[in-house]
Amino acid sequence: MAYTRKPTRAEIRRERMEELVNYPLDWFEERSGLIGGVRYFLFRNVPSDINWMQTLGSAALTAFLVQAITGVILAMYYQPTPQGAYPSIVNITDHLTMGWLVRGMHRWGASVFIILMFLHMGRVFLFGAYKYPRELNWIVGVLILVMGMMEGFTGYLLPWDQTAYWATVVGINLNGTAPFLGPFIAQFLRSGQEISAQTLTRFYSLHMLLIPGGIMALIGLHLYLVIRLGVTSPPWSKEAAGMEPAGEEPVPLRPGLTRPVPRGIAAAQAEPGGSD
Amino acid sequence: MEPEQRSPDPEHQSLHEEAHLPPPTLWPIGFAVGVVVILVGLVINPELISSIGAVIAIVFGFLWARDATAELRGQPLVVEPERRDLVEAGEGRTAPPADQQGVALPAPEPGTTIPRSRFLEGATLGLGGIIGGLVTLPVAGFAILPAFLGQKQHKVDMGPVGDYEVDRWYVATFTTDPAEGTVSRRAAFIRNNGTVADPKTQKQVPSFTIISNRCTHLGCPTQANGPSGSILGLPSKTERGANGPVKLDPVVPAGYGCPCHGSQFDVEGNRTAGPAVRALDRYEFEVDNGRLILLSTYSVSQVVGTGAQAKIYKYRQAGPGEHVNGPEQWFYPLQPPHH
Repeated sequence: MAYTRKPTRAEIRRERMEELVNYPLDWFEERSGLIGGVRYFLFRNVPSDINWMQTLGSAALTAFLVQAITGVILAMYYQPTPQGAYPSIVNITDHLTMGWLVRGMHRWGASVFIILMFLHMGRVFLFGAYKYPRELNWIVGVLILVMGMMEGFTGYLLPWDQTAYWATVVGINLNGTAPFLGPFIAQFLRSGQEISAQTLTRFYSLHMLLIPGGIMALIGLHLYLVIRLGVTSPPWSKEAAGMEPAGEEPVPLRPGLTRPVPRGIAAAQAEPGGSD
Repeated sequence: MEPEQRSPDPEHQSLHEEAHLPPPTLWPIGFAVGVVVILVGLVINPELISSIGAVIAIVFGFLWARDATAELRGQPLVVEPERRDLVEAGEGRTAPPADQQGVALPAPEPGTTIPRSRFLEGATLGLGGIIGGLVTLPVAGFAILPAFLGQKQHKVDMGPVGDYEVDRWYVATFTTDPAEGTVSRRAAFIRNNGTVADPKTQKQVPSFTIISNRCTHLGCPTQANGPSGSILGLPSKTERGANGPVKLDPVVPAGYGCPCHGSQFDVEGNRTAGPAVRALDRYEFEVDNGRLILLSTYSVSQVVGTGAQAKIYKYRQAGPGEHVNGPEQWFYPLQPPHH
């Protein structure tokens, strides 16, 4: 690199600082490739006429992360025993510093999470974003929604008050009326013939370990598919309909499709080896 | 890697373009020894030994950092990469490693059924599957089977038979398992029907009507519709049975109603209204040494008649919401084990 003039002291200092910052990043990147991976994940190209509605998925993800973090903290104070559950909830709410806030975040955040998932689902439906080639991601999303509701069901028992107890009795018996396997599902959930201390510990374990693990795995798959297939334009997009020239990067149309080929596939067709 | 991160200096450009090994160094070992000495010192002598450890850790840490940043400070160490001669794959010779030029593995000869690589692939997958199964099966069994096997049968001591006035209903509240505490609290509507002749032996035996208060819709607690306790001017009694306290509240029920979804039952437990699918469940009982003992529950489709003369259509215990007769019973062909 040839300079047209001698670099000033400030320029040299700047370059030196950049090198200092880049050195550890390069060290990390060379050994993990993660910086490139994160850049690939975060700084993707999206259609230019993208819509605010398309942030609902990220909002639902944020709500899930809030649930995960507040849940981990609540688990530090909660006692999953018939004798200890309700008193520990009272302790969290009334005595521990800011316990009311974190429990409130978890309790109301649960509803926020479900509502945002439904709004996100509505956006995907109304935008037609569930169509080829994103059908699989719709299915994964539905599984996340179902597991989110299972979180709601198992979490509802944990305060161990009258509402929680009888709602769970009714909920388990509802499962029990399912044909053929129902009685077995109910007995599995109850951990026996009757609701007992084991029902509470079982719901606690399902609520904080098994189902969240499943949700995290499904969220990973969901995001992978979003990145692989790219983001859709809104249905009113003139660009996607071919009525307006696209920006600097024209997206090739596959013959027979009125919608552009998803970015990932288009990039793979245009230049083998990916674009970013 | 990234064009915008490329340094203008060609000497540093090589840092991004070529793989390069960090120089071999012993300093991290000295640093680790220093940390160990600090930790041991915390137990033995925090002032002296931990200080020595801190000095060792700081000195070696500094040397390590100095070594690791040598390149950044413009003193790159030249490290000769390991090299090996290229060996052509062929007969009587071992194949070169895959990272060197040439064929990693010789192509399988025609007629060879399973190449070595295929065998190793299959063996890895198979062994992995077997190990995974060996670990998963007991864990899955532990997650599922305890809910179905070895269920405890609870015999509940309800106190002396004499506590139950003949032809009077009581709301009896009891715990099935004192170790479980209040979570095992149950309630039943009990009426002493006096004695009745056993149809086989013609001996006079005690007769009780014992109805579980669990609604046959979805399991909420039904309540007696009628005055009880102080309204009747009759005191409630508390018996100490082998299973803890048993509370007996006299009541005059016109029937039973469920607070959750409004099912109604008559005094013998027949469904009269609402979403319940059958009559209320009942308890088996025995009288042992003059005391009333509750045994397991059973399901009832309907009851004709009343008291000791009632004809009870009895079925094995089904969950709430499950039909025991009619075509809907075929939805529940299998029931988990029950006492």
